[in-house]
Amino acid sequence: MNQMLLNALLLALRAIRRNLMRSFLTVLGIVIGVGAVITMVTLGNGATRMVSDQISSLGSNLLILRPGQQLGPGRESAGAANFRLTDVEALQAQIPSLRAVAPVVSSRVTLVVGSQNWSSQVSGTSNAYFTAGNWKIGAGRSFEEDEETAGKAVCVIGDTVRKQLFGSGSPLGGELRVKNFTCVVVGLLAAKGQGAMGQDQDDVVLMPIRTVQRRLTGNQDVSTVMLSMRDGANADQVMVQIRRLMRERRKLAESEEDNFNVMDTKQIAETLSGTIRTMTGLLGAVAAVSLLVGGIGIMNIMLVSVTERTREIGIRLAIGALEHEVLLQFLIEAVVLSALGGLIGITLAFVACLGLTALMNMPFLFNPGINLLAFVFSAVIGIVFGYMPARRAASLDPIVALRYE
Amino acid sequence: MTQNDVGTLLISLRKVTKTYGEGTATVQALNGVDLDIGQGEFVAIMGPSGSGKSTALNILGCLDAPSSGHYLFRDIEVDALTRNQRALLRRHYLGFVFQGFNLLSRTSAQENVELPLLYRGEDAAHRHEASRRALAQVGLTGWEHHTPAELSGGQQQRVAIARAIVTQPLVLLADEPTGNLDSKRGHEIMELLVSLNRDQGITVIMVTHELDMAAYASRVVRFADGNVGSDSMKVAA
Ligand SMILES: Nc1ncnc2c1ncn2[C@@H]1O[C@H](COP(=O)(O)OP(=O)(O)OP(=O)(O)O)[C@@H](O)[C@H]1O
Ligand SMILES: [Mg+2]
Repeated sequence: MNQMLLNALLLALRAIRRNLMRSFLTVLGIVIGVGAVITMVTLGNGATRMVSDQISSLGSNLLILRPGQQLGPGRESAGAANFRLTDVEALQAQIPSLRAVAPVVSSRVTLVVGSQNWSSQVSGTSNAYFTAGNWKIGAGRSFEEDEETAGKAVCVIGDTVRKQLFGSGSPLGGELRVKNFTCVVVGLLAAKGQGAMGQDQDDVVLMPIRTVQRRLTGNQDVSTVMLSMRDGANADQVMVQIRRLMRERRKLAESEEDNFNVMDTKQIAETLSGTIRTMTGLLGAVAAVSLLVGGIGIMNIMLVSVTERTREIGIRLAIGALEHEVLLQFLIEAVVLSALGGLIGITLAFVACLGLTALMNMPFLFNPGINLLAFVFSAVIGIVFGYMPARRAASLDPIVALRYE
Repeated sequence: MTQNDVGTLLISLRKVTKTYGEGTATVQALNGVDLDIGQGEFVAIMGPSGSGKSTALNILGCLDAPSSGHYLFRDIEVDALTRNQRALLRRHYLGFVFQGFNLLSRTSAQENVELPLLYRGEDAAHRHEASRRALAQVGLTGWEHHTPAELSGGQQQRVAIARAIVTQPLVLLADEPTGNLDSKRGHEIMELLVSLNRDQGITVIMVTHELDMAAYASRVVRFADGNVGSDSMKVAA
């Protein structure tokens, strides 16, 4: 029995060596399929994790209030009135569960320092923004009270802006030209890195909101309000309180819909992660198709060689091989090839994922499940397509198999 | 081995027919063949092309089953055997040289010759030695590592013969074993078959078209239209 297994192994290895090109193509088909599936799914998982990590770095207790109805297909926020600073004060005063309420109004501008210029987003806000947005001051300071109330030309800049405009020198005390005015850099934000959507979170300039309103937007509007809840606060309750207060302040009648919306960033995170998971699934499906195509390629190779293999089987049967001995040889051959392909595929996928996740600043989450699944699937494909034609041939009379054309 | 004890019945065909195809396109390749062959005989089968020689030899070699009739091999009813039992019969008792060689492509001469030993479960050392000896017997020393594509037709034929005799079978069935050889090589092969027959008691059944090859045999069976036309035994060797 053992002897038979050894013989079958020997014959299988000889057959692989004898048909190097066919063996190579078979392995290649599996390598591509397995590699693609594992790479896609691993990258998808990494992306999901990255998004949720980064959104939670925003601060998990963050709500965002915007004018207009809840965004959705065909429901744009256009037309709804912006907020005022008094709304922000009312929210802060009347809802005790809110720790920090930061008004935000943004404008895209070109910044100039000496001969350097850089286009960036300037956001007018208050010191509450640092709390709400989970920002740390890396150097210098935040705004002082009189700077906020008087709308002085001071700013706190993000790390990217510093790099672009000040290079290696210290930005503190430096002067930044913004359109028609000059503002003094008083603080530098600690770097956060890439955002959930791949955007650079450090490419920001923060100013007191009154400064932006007076010098850049020219009105009293507040376009977004960021609200940070106290620890342990119930997001749903707080959102209800915010809605009630805002409906009252915006004098909405019973029958009217909200002309503003409150979003929970946790919810956004979940939605986003869900979206990415869906995309991962999709990519996985595409990759699965490539695995299938690899399988069909193998089938093709096997079918093309079926004439030769049938004659080979006829020869073996004619000189005294038993049907199951021949089948065992073919089974081993198929297993060896598909396992080899599977292992190479897994190794290549591992290397590719390591490189790509490093390149995209994503966490590399090794997923044993998908590795196993892809491997098993490839093995099944290899075995089915490698073994099935042999099964038919081995059941023929030797003379019929020998005459097969 | 002892002297030939010609006479013990080894093979007997009874009313064996073989029909190929279906409906109007049927070909009656064998037409009720009766044939007895004793142990140690050297039989040459002759006859015109299409007379059923190869068909009969395939049936004798348990490669093909008759459409009707009986085949007894050493008193074993071959038709009643299972596929595996017939395979074992081929493995242990029969050596077959095909008209079309049927060597494994891209496989060295030596590996081709070793194959029957491998299925017999012989160890590597013995396989190696026996296959080299068989190749030497057919004059192919030095060609062990050539694949069929690198060998001439005659050389391939000799590899096929080496593969059939490497197991020292009870019966050697050869379908035109000298068909691709020049007459000098052909005579060498015939002397080899004669010596296998004489010294090792191997029963040889050989299909041939050439009279001077058939002359080596102790008995000539002539086929005509799927039947045995004449059967002549040589009186003395
Ligand atoms: N697989 C097959 N299918 C259909 N007909 C066949 C098959 N094999 C042989 N025949 C027919 O059976 C008859 C006998 O064939 P066989 O091969 O036995 O002849 P042969 O005596 O060996 O001839 P040759 O000397 O040419 O080799 C022929 O008419 C042939 O056409
Ligand atoms: Mg013939």
